Amino acid sequence: MTPAAIQERQSAAPAYDLEGVRADFPILAQKVQSRPLVYLDNAASTQKPRAVMDAIAACYGEYYANVERGVHTLSQASTAAREQAREAVRRFLNAPSAEEIVFVRGTTEAINLVAASWGRRNVGSGDEILVTELEHHSNIVPWQLLCEERGAVLRVAPIDDRGEVIQEELERLLSPRTRLVAVAHVSNALGTVNPVREIAQHAHRVGALVLVDGAQAAPHLAIDVQALGADFYAFSGHKVYGPSGIGALWGRRELLAAMPPWQGGGGMIRTVTFAKTTYAPPPHRFEAGTPAIEAAIGLGAALEYLTALGLPAVAAWEAELLALATERLAAVPGLRLIGTARDKAAVISFTLAGIHPHDVGTVLDQEGIAVRAGHHCAQPVMEHFRVPATTRASFGLYNTREEVEALAAALHRARELFG
Amino acid sequence: MNDLRELYQDIILDHNRHPRNFGPLPASNHQAEGNNPLCGDQVSVLLDVADGCIRDIAFQGVGCAISMASASLMTEALKGQTVEEARRLFHVFHDLLTTGAGESAPELGKLAVFTGVREFPMRVKCATLPWHTLLAALVQKQDQPVSTE
Repeated sequence: MTPAAIQERQSAAPAYDLEGVRADFPILAQKVQSRPLVYLDNAASTQKPRAVMDAIAACYGEYYANVERGVHTLSQASTAAREQAREAVRRFLNAPSAEEIVFVRGTTEAINLVAASWGRRNVGSGDEILVTELEHHSNIVPWQLLCEERGAVLRVAPIDDRGEVIQEELERLLSPRTRLVAVAHVSNALGTVNPVREIAQHAHRVGALVLVDGAQAAPHLAIDVQALGADFYAFSGHKVYGPSGIGALWGRRELLAAMPPWQGGGGMIRTVTFAKTTYAPPPHRFEAGTPAIEAAIGLGAALEYLTALGLPAVAAWEAELLALATERLAAVPGLRLIGTARDKAAVISFTLAGIHPHDVGTVLDQEGIAVRAGHHCAQPVMEHFRVPATTRASFGLYNTREEVEALAAALHRARELFG
Repeated sequence: MNDLRELYQDIILDHNRHPRNFGPLPASNHQAEGNNPLCGDQVSVLLDVADGCIRDIAFQGVGCAISMASASLMTEALKGQTVEEARRLFHVFHDLLTTGAGESAPELGKLAVFTGVREFPMRVKCATLPWHTLLAALVQKQDQPVSTE
């Protein structure tokens, strides 16, 4: 784009209404340790806008009943609201059909579902599952369990010192034995955005499927599962400003249709006799038992909220915060950034020489600043960078430049305290 | 910052920067490893025990300032003490951090600097990890990891 075109585009886009956004999140107005709350633990979980609270309150206050089986008015209203939420998920992912959207407890359950249902049927002795070194434990352990059970082999594509997956290594590890590539869209510990589309192309060339762990991508990037060429995509409600205990798995229709149930119970059957039970088609086949009704409705409200703000606008704002934070943190003596990928979401992991991340976390908390300290459920990443843990500041759509400055100032003070 | 200075007293910062009795102990006949999987703190406690007396003690590991200083000050407090005294001190120290009891107990000595940790419940386990590891080391000669989570 020419500079003139960029300028035109910028002036055409409405300014990001940060103040209005912050007003949508009542929790942000509080003080912690007598200081204004600075919430920078968004990669762990995000705060909730009024729209989500209102949607849940309306469900409980106005039309709550069990879903699917009831003929009465409230049951029909609850069922319809939950199915609208499923449609909101479909739009959010640009999936072809809402029948391809399975409600689950979260990303972890989605991955376990695919491992248990698709995996047990399609992965055998000598087959391979390929993951990357930057995966969250939830995209490692289900595959380890599956491989152990089926006599399959788990392969790991390594990362480089920027925290990027080494693409040549990943391609080298693909073979006709590879049944599935399970990869994070965005790394929770490093912020790295993986080139999922390219990875999917390579995987498909050898006949492997691709599961994308979208837990960290969903709050930051516009997602189009069709353009990505993914076969499964999973994300969690609580990381996209929605409720905890709810998430979604998208799977291509023919894959889901061929997959056996993974949990038995009510709601997932067509007919039950002691001789033979037949199963409902997807998505209900994978939703045994009474689901998290109000949470699904809350998730739908969160996605609508996010879509109304516009993910490109959110991403642009977060990129600004990331750039500022990267600059300010680099000026803190002894600070080492862990994860310097060229394509990064608004997540900054770092270590401070001579100060353990937990001490950093405690010092920041005393200033009202919430960050995460630890291994971030990504111990292989910690091992790669030879650190026991990092401090992680992760930004969301409501964070401000002033909060970035507060973080940097507090880190300078931590430096002074510990000498 | 005042509350922080309650937690991070100068003695704690000093022992974190310059841990005492840190390193291997070739003469050790008891040892145990402790870890806190939640935060990644890892500590090994090595003991040379003879006739019910801790003749020498050392520790190794990585962790936050509270756990490192706690381990360092523990080794200072216990060198030359009897095993029985060590066990008693464990309980006095544990009570100090969990209930605040015995805050002025004379046997605490320098360990009283950990009084402020009680105000930070998430950090109590950092301070007690070396002591739990000590107890494990006293009852076992081989490695059996302990964990405070």
